[in-house]
Amino acid sequence: MSILTPLRRGAADRSAPRRPRFRGATRDLPLAIAFILPATIGFGVFLVWPTIRGIWLSFTDYSVFQPGKFVGLDNYTTMLADPVFWSSMRTTVYYVVLNIAVQTLVALVLAVLLSRLTASLWVRGIVLTPYLVSNVVTALLWLLLLDYQLGIVNELLEWVGIGRQSFWGNPHLVVPTIAMVNVWRHVGYTSLLIFAGLQTISPQVYEAAKVDGASEWSMFWRITLPLLRPYLAMVLIVTSIGSFQVFDTVSVATQGGPANASNVIQYYIYNVAFSRYDFGYASAMSVALLVVLSVITVAQYRLSRAGHSDTN
Amino acid sequence: MTTRTLSPVTSPPTTPVDVAAPRRRRRTSIGRVLAWTVLSLVTLVTLFPFYWMLRTALSTNAGLVTDPTSLLPVNPTLDGFRRALGMTPREEALAAGGSGATMDFWRYLGNSVVVATMVTVCQVFFSALAAYAFSRMRWPGRQVVFGAFLIGLMIPGIFTLLPNFILLRDLGLLDTLPGIALPTMLMTPFAVFFLRQFFMGIPTEIEEAAMIDGAGRLRTFFRIILPMAAPAVTTLAVLTYITSWNDYLWPLLVSQTDRSRVLTLALGIFRSQTPASAPDWPGLMAATLLAALPMLALFLFFARKIVNSVGFTGIK
Repeated sequence: MSILTPLRRGAADRSAPRRPRFRGATRDLPLAIAFILPATIGFGVFLVWPTIRGIWLSFTDYSVFQPGKFVGLDNYTTMLADPVFWSSMRTTVYYVVLNIAVQTLVALVLAVLLSRLTASLWVRGIVLTPYLVSNVVTALLWLLLLDYQLGIVNELLEWVGIGRQSFWGNPHLVVPTIAMVNVWRHVGYTSLLIFAGLQTISPQVYEAAKVDGASEWSMFWRITLPLLRPYLAMVLIVTSIGSFQVFDTVSVATQGGPANASNVIQYYIYNVAFSRYDFGYASAMSVALLVVLSVITVAQYRLSRAGHSDTN
Repeated sequence: MTTRTLSPVTSPPTTPVDVAAPRRRRRTSIGRVLAWTVLSLVTLVTLFPFYWMLRTALSTNAGLVTDPTSLLPVNPTLDGFRRALGMTPREEALAAGGSGATMDFWRYLGNSVVVATMVTVCQVFFSALAAYAFSRMRWPGRQVVFGAFLIGLMIPGIFTLLPNFILLRDLGLLDTLPGIALPTMLMTPFAVFFLRQFFMGIPTEIEEAAMIDGAGRLRTFFRIILPMAAPAVTTLAVLTYITSWNDYLWPLLVSQTDRSRVLTLALGIFRSQTPASAPDWPGLMAATLLAALPMLALFLFFARKIVNSVGFTGIK
């Protein structure tokens, strides 16, 4: 809680322009420059410049062995005609839809349960635990749990009569499997984000509704969800952007297989860049991914009217 | 958009206990039982895999095949850990079902510690400097520069990977630890934003009092502001450390040899060297557990801070 306390005191910048000690807008300039210099260098060199360069590279035939020369839209025409690019995009979208839908639903239920049943730090700590270990650890762990022969999940499935499933080896199951494994790692984190949103809803609202005889169920639909909507929209944007960048699990667990079934776009970009050394084409696909992500951000923000909850 | 996400933090959080307490006295409904059941189930699904990791790491390969469902370690032994740490001779490891692949665990651990420490210390410090300039100093162009940082928050990390790889290659920093650390060492827009938000909440009066007493800006920052912001700085540092420790894709591009290989990479390689037909699960799980342990320990230590600040990190 300690971190929250000082933040409560209004976010307005009260640099007190009228006080004599702070006279003049440029008074702090020399020291301010010294203060922002390291961060601004980092920002320029490792964020702005690479972004510009990445866009430029997509118009060249840059490879590890040769400095690129301008090739116009060649990379983009290659991309549009590349069936692997399209199948990777489809795989990624399929993955994101599965991953985000399940994750958001479970996280929402979990957040509501947490806020209605217990504020225990222990319980919140436990649900956050998977988020603390890396994607690599998560992938290895679930390789074991879902192993065809020794995996405990398959032992259970056989015991209940469904029979063993080749979670990692079946082209139809591999993307849902990766999606669910990553739900396991992220759902606690997502639910704590939503939980923070729930904390903003005043308990008086619920009490008033209860006086009017509202049930827990109708309070969820009539109060919680509408008031939570701007929050949910933000969470959706943040988590789907993260979800689109899925790489680690695929790289460790499946290498894009079986038969390209889990070849997500970031894994394909990585392979084009570092196995085929075609940085130009890889950059073009990165730009495409960037565009997709921007469109999704704007669309989700607009569609959900994220800035406003239903009540204001 | 971004400030809106923060509004919950600025308004006093209401403890849900207040809401739940009177109802608990009233009745034990089916709904409540169901709710607790679901919550317990989630807890189980969350924790069971960790237990299974430990249980498997302590088993033998032969034992796992004959008794895959045993809830306790089968033929308990520390051999899995020995193989993961490269303490078992190759022939012996092969005989025990190991892959014979060695893993220079301590070296990778050291590399991970060095990278995560470099990133955390520098990023938090430089971001704090910038955040202070953005929140408390008055200089022309402040809004413009800060606006640029905010836009930087929107660029997905993945987009800058390839160009940064080329940049580091040109700088001759491939396969070095500073090479892995450098892109996030000077700042992340998130860190700057996070700390700025916190500094703005510190009352200006305290600073003014210090300055009237003759302390300069620099002294005020180091002696007053930084200590007051210790909770925020700690939280950010822990989150940065964990993020850096768990990173996989960027080190994968930069590292080429054991010289700069970090733990996540080593695990990936350890896995790719185990035969797909008969993986050395105890060895693999022992290595996985060892790699995850430092972060789990860190979490145990800072759980309160991390759990409570997650709502704030939503903009990350």
